[in-house]
Order: sequence, then C-alpha cells, then structure tokens
Amino acid sequence: MMKKLFAIFALLIYSFSSLAQVDPLIEKVSKKLALVNDYVGEGVMKTDVSFIKASLGKVKVYFKKPNLLKVKKDGGISLLPKGGVSLTINTLLNTKQYSTIAAGTQVLNGKTLTVLKLIPTDENLDWVIATLWIDPVEALVYKTATTTKENGSYEITMQYGAYANYGLASKIIFSFNTKDYKLPNGITLEFGDEDAAAKQKALKNKKGTVEITFNNYVINKGVSNSMF
Amino acid sequence: MKSIISFELYKIFRRPRTYIAFGAIAALILVIQFGLKVDGQSYAAFLMKDINDTLTVDGNVLNGYLICYILLQLLLVHVPLLVALIAADMISGEANLGTLRLLFSTPFTRTQWVLGKFIAASIYTIVLLIWLALLALFLSMWVFGTDDLFLMKSNYVVLIEQNDVLWRYVGAFVFASFSLLTVTSLGFLMSSIANNSIGPIVGTMSAIVFFTILSTLNIPLFSMIKPYLFTTHMNNWKEFFDIQVNDNNEAIKGSILNVAKIKTSLIVLSTHIVLFVGTAVYITRKKDILS
Repeated sequence: MMKKLFAIFALLIYSFSSLAQVDPLIEKVSKKLALVNDYVGEGVMKTDVSFIKASLGKVKVYFKKPNLLKVKKDGGISLLPKGGVSLTINTLLNTKQYSTIAAGTQVLNGKTLTVLKLIPTDENLDWVIATLWIDPVEALVYKTATTTKENGSYEITMQYGAYANYGLASKIIFSFNTKDYKLPNGITLEFGDEDAAAKQKALKNKKGTVEITFNNYVINKGVSNSMF
Repeated sequence: MKSIISFELYKIFRRPRTYIAFGAIAALILVIQFGLKVDGQSYAAFLMKDINDTLTVDGNVLNGYLICYILLQLLLVHVPLLVALIAADMISGEANLGTLRLLFSTPFTRTQWVLGKFIAASIYTIVLLIWLALLALFLSMWVFGTDDLFLMKSNYVVLIEQNDVLWRYVGAFVFASFSLLTVTSLGFLMSSIANNSIGPIVGTMSAIVFFTILSTLNIPLFSMIKPYLFTTHMNNWKEFFDIQVNDNNEAIKGSILNVAKIKTSLIVLSTHIVLFVGTAVYITRKKDILS
C-alpha cells in the first residue's frame, strides 16, 4: 500500500515538474532578449480610443533590465493603457517566474507560430496568464495576450525590422478594452451640441489601441534609473 | 467723431463704476487660480475618474491652457452682465442727468453722437476682454506652465498639442468680442429707450438671463427659435477647441471641427449688433428730449 502511494506521489511530482519546465523556445527568445541590457527607442505614438481625439506624437521608450520600462512623450501629455505598457515581452520573460504550457501552433499573417501559455509562479506578479505567439525559426514573439489582476486584458502585436536580431520590434500595437466615458454637462459646462460623430463612435467602440512605430533604438548605452 | 469718442472714453474711465467690472474679473480669476493651484490635482482627479479607469495620463494636465478654458467657461457667461453696467447707461445716463439736450445742441448730429458713444462703449468692452485675456490666459500660463490642452467634454476628450493652442485662444477671444459687442449693442438699444440708468441696466441683464435660459433648454418648442437667439451663439467660442479627425481617428493638427458653425454664429451676432445699434440710432434721432 505504501509503495503504491509513493509511486502515485512520485508520478504527480514528475508531472507537475514537467509542466513547470521552461520551454526551450522561450529559452531561445530569452537568450535573444538577454542581448539587450537597456535601450532608448524613439518613435511615433498613435492613440486610437473611440472617445479620444488625439494627434500623433513623438515618444521615447526607455527600458532597463530586468523590467523597468517608461514611455515618455516629447513635451506633451501621453495617454497609455493602464498598466498594459509595462507588460512587454522583456518584462514578462525577465521575471523568470513562470511555467510554460504548449498550446499548439497558429497561423498569423502567413507565419506559422508556436503558441505558448505562461503561468506566473510568483503570486505577487501583476499578471494572471499570458499567451505568446512565437516564430520558432527567428525566435521572435509576434503577439502576446495578457490577463492582469487589476487592469483587464491586453493584446500586444509586434512587427519586426532592422532590430529583429535584438528581439526589438519596429512597431508595437497595444490593444485593450475601454470603459465608458461620460461626464455630466453640469461639470463640463458644455450645453451646446457636441460632435455627433465622435459621440456615436464613443458609444459604439469599446476597444482601444496605442501604436508605437519605432524609427531608432539606442541599445546598451546605459539608461539612468531616474528615467523610470 | 474722434473727439466724441475720446470725450466719451474720458467719461467712461472717470467713473468708479467702470472699474467694478475690472475688479470683479480680477478677483474671480485670482480666487479660481488660487483654488486650482492649491487643490487642483483633486479637481483634475475627479474630472478624469472615467479616463483613469482605462488609461494612464502622463503630463501636466492642469496647465495654463486648461485653466484658461475653465475660467472662460465660467466667466464668459457672466461678463455680459458687467458690460451691461456701462453700455446700458450711455444714453439714458445723459437723459437722467439732463445733459442729453446739451449734447444734441452741439454741431455734431445725433447719429454721430450715438455712434461715437457706441464706439466708446465697444472700446471699453474690448479693453475688459483684453484684461480678461491677460489674467485668464497669460497669468495662468505663467503660474501653471504650458502643456498640451487636455479637454474633457461630456462624451469625448480632445487632446490638442501645445503648439496648436495659442491661435485657438486668439480666435476664441476675437469671437468673444463679437459676443460681448452684441451685449453692448443690446444695452445701448435699451439705453436709447429709457430716461434713467437703472431700467436699461436691469433690462439688459434680464434679457441676457432670459434668452440664455431659452438657449440652454432642450424643449422642442424652443428649438425653432434657438438658432435666431444671440445667446445661442455667444458660447460658440468653444468651437475653436474641437478638432477634426481623419479616418484613422488621428486628430488633424490646426483643424477646427465646425468652421461653418463659427461663421454662422459670427453672422448672427453681427446682424444683432447692426440691428440693435441701427434701432438705437433711429430711436434717438426720433426721440423727443424732455429731460
């Protein structure tokens, strides 16, 4: 009886440990990302939220290992998805506190990508689960979908160009769900007619995106902690 | 005509009553600026509650441009009442003092006197507006700094880049001058009818309050007359701060959402000015001076 129990217990431990193993593909991606200790990316940011009228703005993205990240607009007000921007691939993978589960393959924009799910092993992390779509040949992450504890779900889609060797995207699109926006007329003192089209759009679309198109990266030249 | 205008301006700026408006505007602006400087962040947090659920807003939201917009929203409704204090006294005040007969016995015609007085009252109105602009815009820019203008309307948010804001304020103040000149001309018309100061001043204020209420009420019966009321158009300076977007929902820098609305409002306000002043000239020319 004791032998049987021991055998079942050992089997359980083995199966859990095999689940918790880090996938070799993730290791490959992590290795690529490890080439970057810090970077400053310059680009153009576009905020597309149904209830916001904003123009394109120049931004600088600062990153420092393991997971410091800051998006700053060049002299102006920036609007970023709450909590979502900090959950990039670098910040997800650099924590090293996750288990991976293989979830098959999927074709995305003509590329066959391996789908992996990450489950955090540290319960203090902000995110609950993340799904990564990875090109196994290039070891590049093309899409992530992350569910957070407090700030809802985010999707981040990446396109790569000149800095693909470092695993740095040329374009990042953050997609997120937006909540209703409404202020009483008594507060805004807007008693006249507002833009009917904008009003209609705000009611219809509950999905927002923030796109950053990078022109240039300065990699491993040092970034001061005061930037974050 | 020039001598009439300088004579009337001298009279306007000699009266202590003239400075009530300047004092009231300065006091209101300074109190609001002080309040927002001390506790503005909690006010901004209250306004941005819905946005902060979805987005992180990084930057100086409570900057001089937004403070000026808040001040104009609050003040441009009430400044007409201060304008009425002077404009509605321009002819009736003379009639009350018994000096109107004396004026009209000078070599200048009655039309010249009325137009000269109107121009003087208009200069007072413009100076008051410049005073408002200096305190509301430039003082706010100095105290709170500048950044993009983050405007929270009832159903959407407009983010205007800081280098695209100042010309909009110039446009808004020019537009506001038309609004206030309409009030000046209304006060002037009232003044031409009466023989004492109180009646036209109270009459002008009452007319503004009455028509403003009609303009803001969303009752279908009044919707038919609303486009013709000057009070409906007086607040359209705000149109300078709404922006067009392209098919990708990108705001078009330097654009105004509804230029036609601004043009229509300017035409309606100008028509009112001409109508009110024209009627005042007609009444004064026909007036039997008994005081």
